[in-house]
Amino acid sequence: MRDLSLHILDLTENSVRAGARLITIRVEVDEKKLITLTITDDGCGMDAELLERVMSPFGTTRTTRKVGLGIPLMAQNARLTGGDIHIDSTPGKGTVFTAWLHGDSIDCLPLGDLAGTFVTLVTANPEKPDFVLMCASPKGSMDFDTRAVREVLGDVNLSEPEVSMWMLESIREELGPIFGGVIL
Amino acid sequence: MKSMAELEAIRQRTLQRINLRKEDESENIRVVVGMATCGIAAGARPVMMKFMEEINTRGLKEVTVSQTGCIGMCRLEPMVDVYLPGQEKVTYVHMTPEKVGRVVAEHIVNGRPVTEYTIGAAEK
Repeated sequence: MRDLSLHILDLTENSVRAGARLITIRVEVDEKKLITLTITDDGCGMDAELLERVMSPFGTTRTTRKVGLGIPLMAQNARLTGGDIHIDSTPGKGTVFTAWLHGDSIDCLPLGDLAGTFVTLVTANPEKPDFVLMCASPKGSMDFDTRAVREVLGDVNLSEPEVSMWMLESIREELGPIFGGVIL
Repeated sequence: MKSMAELEAIRQRTLQRINLRKEDESENIRVVVGMATCGIAAGARPVMMKFMEEINTRGLKEVTVSQTGCIGMCRLEPMVDVYLPGQEKVTYVHMTPEKVGRVVAEHIVNGRPVTEYTIGAAEK
């Protein structure tokens, strides 16, 4: 993966497949440039045995093949910076995925296009779930909630191209001052 | 933040457009982008965004963009399937945002697949 936003896209697909109704993506950067990514869902969750399996590159929930690389790749990129990942999961309740990365490490990936990731997720899954994006840095914070968009749109689909473009511009506009033009 | 009033205007415009949309769902064109770990790592997200952008600027009404998982040919990602009503699906491989413009213009608008980008051309 070339940047963190692509990891977020990949890992959030797991939450979608877990049947979540609400998925919250948080990206926080503190004054020491420690990046905390959190993906919280209310999907089906995992038991201890499955959790151990998905952490390994040779484990997956898929039945068509034996490898699954999403989580191991994220773990590798976090550990390269001196950070790590953690997954907290309760069967039937949901999952909280957390990754910490040291933004001042030479091996830290750039944040990338978070707005692009968010809009791709929403456009590809317009009916369910709802997505919340929360971003914060010492320069400010923002949040974007598809439930608010849904309320205005009524029965217009979230995947309408014009709606997607509106979300994209609106999120980019808000993220600019928080993470800056060139991100980290 | 871009205003909610703007979103309300989009809603009104879209509702008008939906009324013009063909009644029969089977008449709609589908663009399906492979969006598993392999697709994302190979650059599927910018490809999907470019499709949405092109469809929006051209105001194409009967086209939907959606995603699928990994179909086992990771080396050919980013892959895109285009379904035109009454025609066999066309699979494009090694897609880039630059190639999207031609696929939209020649295939989706004019009904002629861009043969050189297809899986048939890549795998011979």
